[in-house]
Amino acid sequence: MKQLISLEINGHEYDVPVSPRDVLADVIRKKVGLTGTKKGCGMGDCGACTVLVEDKPVLSCITLAITCNGKKVTTVEGLTLPDGQLNPLQAAFVNHGAIQCGFCTPGMLMSASGLLKRTPKPTLYDIKHEMSGNICRCTGFKRIIGAIELASEAMSKGVK
Amino acid sequence: MGAWDQRENYVREGKPSYLDERRFTQVGRSVPRIDGPAKAKGEAVYTADMVLPGMVYGKIKRCKEYAHANIKKIDCSKALALPGVLAVLTGDEAPNKWGIVPASANETALAVGKVRFYGEGVAAVAAIDEETAEAACDLIEVEYEPLPALLDPFESMARAGEVNIHENAPDNILHKGDQIYGDVDKAFEKCEYILEKEFKTGRPQHGYIEPMSAVASYDTQNGLLHLWASSQVPHYLHRQMSIVLEMPMSKIRVTLPAVGGGFGGKGEAAASEFVACLLSRKIGRPVKVTFERADVFYTSKGRHPCYMKWKIGLDKDGYIQAVDFDNTMDKGAYAGWGVVVMFYTASMVHLPYKVPNARSLVRNVYTNLPTTGAMRGLGGVQPRFAMECMLDELAEMMGISPYELKMKNAIDSGYTAINNMYVPHTEYKKCLQTAVEKSGYLEKHGKLPFGKGIGLAGGYYISGTAYTLYQSYKPHTSVTLKVDTEGGVTVLCAAAEIGQGCNTVMAQMAAEALGVHYEDVHVQTGDTEIGSFDLGSFASRLTYASGYAINEAAREINFKLREMAGGLLGCRADHLEIKDRMIYSMFEPKFKIEWATVVQKYVNSVGALSAVGHFSPPRRKGIDIITGNRIQGANIGHSPTFGFSCQIHEVEVDVETGRVYVKKVTEAGDCGTAVNPMSVDGQVEGSIMFNMGACLYEDMKFDAKGKHLNPNFHDYKCPTFMEMPDMDTNIVDSYDPTAPFGVKETGEGAVQPTFPAITNAIYDAIGVRFYQVPITPEMILKALKEKKEKEAGCGCGCGA
Repeated sequence: MKQLISLEINGHEYDVPVSPRDVLADVIRKKVGLTGTKKGCGMGDCGACTVLVEDKPVLSCITLAITCNGKKVTTVEGLTLPDGQLNPLQAAFVNHGAIQCGFCTPGMLMSASGLLKRTPKPTLYDIKHEMSGNICRCTGFKRIIGAIELASEAMSKGVK
Repeated sequence: MGAWDQRENYVREGKPSYLDERRFTQVGRSVPRIDGPAKAKGEAVYTADMVLPGMVYGKIKRCKEYAHANIKKIDCSKALALPGVLAVLTGDEAPNKWGIVPASANETALAVGKVRFYGEGVAAVAAIDEETAEAACDLIEVEYEPLPALLDPFESMARAGEVNIHENAPDNILHKGDQIYGDVDKAFEKCEYILEKEFKTGRPQHGYIEPMSAVASYDTQNGLLHLWASSQVPHYLHRQMSIVLEMPMSKIRVTLPAVGGGFGGKGEAAASEFVACLLSRKIGRPVKVTFERADVFYTSKGRHPCYMKWKIGLDKDGYIQAVDFDNTMDKGAYAGWGVVVMFYTASMVHLPYKVPNARSLVRNVYTNLPTTGAMRGLGGVQPRFAMECMLDELAEMMGISPYELKMKNAIDSGYTAINNMYVPHTEYKKCLQTAVEKSGYLEKHGKLPFGKGIGLAGGYYISGTAYTLYQSYKPHTSVTLKVDTEGGVTVLCAAAEIGQGCNTVMAQMAAEALGVHYEDVHVQTGDTEIGSFDLGSFASRLTYASGYAINEAAREINFKLREMAGGLLGCRADHLEIKDRMIYSMFEPKFKIEWATVVQKYVNSVGALSAVGHFSPPRRKGIDIITGNRIQGANIGHSPTFGFSCQIHEVEVDVETGRVYVKKVTEAGDCGTAVNPMSVDGQVEGSIMFNMGACLYEDMKFDAKGKHLNPNFHDYKCPTFMEMPDMDTNIVDSYDPTAPFGVKETGEGAVQPTFPAITNAIYDAIGVRFYQVPITPEMILKALKEKKEKEAGCGCGCGA
């Protein structure tokens, strides 16, 4: 039995028919058509599917879409500034070499966004601990940490 | 005139700077990746993101009952009757055997007659959505006749007469080979120090975050098939599709969307690709097949577990005199890259140290476990682990530092190994020196408190292979450069950008060769129809190979532009240099003109410019250089040049929990010219974490029947942010004069020293040597307990 739910994704209202078993990742990717959110494991282990629900990082591949009815969802597409420019976190990832294959990148960016919203000036341990649910097999993590530190610094100086 | 390289003003070997081939403006810059912004915005399209008009979904029915069984009957009638199902497919419909190495091709799109590993595909379904396809798979009824599952190579060899995995391998051995150089036994006789040990390595797999995905679209009107796939090897994929689908290659086009990592695992065809193509041809609609993570664990071709016996002998001065190596490898169910990986393990004996006598007896044995194959640093990681650990132990026997022993035996530029492997250039000693100095190894080794340790290891890897996997003499890479007034510069090459950054590096090299800026260059890779021929992204080959071809194509274009500019400027064309978007006389600065102006004049008067450059690697015979005798498999390992590196790991062992924490890694690498130093650092950092995982955590586990116990990232433990050590990676100054732009490799060499560096550090920390990876907390605790009991002895001081 399908149900019509309303999601506010990246500032836009979407009314989507969903089955109770549909997970948020599939709804975002297939029904809304925002494919930036990735599915790496489908079991909540790798973090590639991370999105923000009400500004908190959640694993969209193990979150039922119906539980998000009426809620505000931010995906990687929602990070880009309205004029199409990269936000400070995205720019730091690009310029600091924190991206290789890029498949974990959307999840990394969303977990890091959630972290920086809660803790604008994270310590190294904060970053490692908060990001430990996101696996990257290419970069060895070092440049992702560096990018988050750079973004934190830029944001503290008021860079949008 | 723009930003020259800092090295502009220096003069080497009496060369004026305008003749200095190392005066780069585009090569050597840490520019951000070309595809970075699209990936950061979520706009990069991966195969699983694609939707085509009329597209349907395919799923594979897997054998979840047995690891080895005959298929008696497959009944698809209930699945076909399910509303929304468009077609089913079984292995009998596409029985042609494929394999990346043609001589050992023994895999089919779906199982034919029997299954040989747990989770092998037996049938497939195309349906209007994934849920229906899944439901249909459940309705397919398969009747099996179980066979004994052979889960260990020694058992497999012993029971070969009773249980046979492949008909054409009655001994259950894919291939075996003996490579004997010099007189090993005689050499051991004069050795002062001899060490014999046995080593075993685990079964890690790649863990790329993007599961395999394929979209195929068959056009029933014109008989053309277009396959989009998550692959490292568009050409080999193209070839395998042609074999299995019995279609000419000219009717098939392979395109790579963005690829989410490979590490060797996407270096062969995958069932998803065959099934998508076969189903699409059957129903005349586009079909997408995307693997779940469990499918990846069942089918990905991870690293071969090796059971190795080693004997190394040094003379009284510490020079290596002989190496005796016996390797039994666990092949898993199908051949894959097996023969190649096996002979690589043998060739890895010969560098980066001088080994005058060597004997390698190697065999690769079928089992009913997942097929093993190519995984980052293939064939090198296992023997490197053993050799570097043994040299550490031999140094202790001699009472010298492992650093001293390795420096003493390290090769120099221009070295020819006894198997005729030629090393045009090496800075291996500089790697050892740099890492030792920067880490303080000599001050710390043997002097840290119990529980803390430091370990050193070196390594090397090829920069491409000298031979194709099938008999072919065509160039391994061709690059088309197109220069016109509309698109600027376009590089067309069917290479594979899998995240390693080849598109960015190719743009930098093309810009350097043509004298423009890297932002002026568009790179079109990953398409067998648009791009010129390339073998693919494996064997750390692409920077060298594409760099060579780019140079060759650019020479032709530059010649034409110089002629045109010479006419326009009124000076000799061969006096003109092209750099930084300008064409100018190297002798008279007043003769100069903008590059774009000359292009415009050329296009207006002649037409658009294009040129094709090719790369064929140098070939050398696989012989014993002393006797001149041919040795089977000895040309595997030959490469145009080699990368070298050294890693020093500092660890802390928690003696209560047995956990090993890698705290600090100091690395120094010789990758030739670093085209993009930031990208090199990224490769090295990634490599260190990649093999730290396989050294301490990662291992695929099975029950007594061969069923997977950890086919997910929850139970198969990869390193996370929390395990990341402090990493200090250093690029040593290096330039291979025989290589395009002086480049070598860095993608796979940097994984080589990780196992032994950690293992040697653990020994330094707790005084226990391990000969097996992964080194688990259980192993540490058991070893500490045994050590304590041994030290306590029986109380009488006899040491018993």
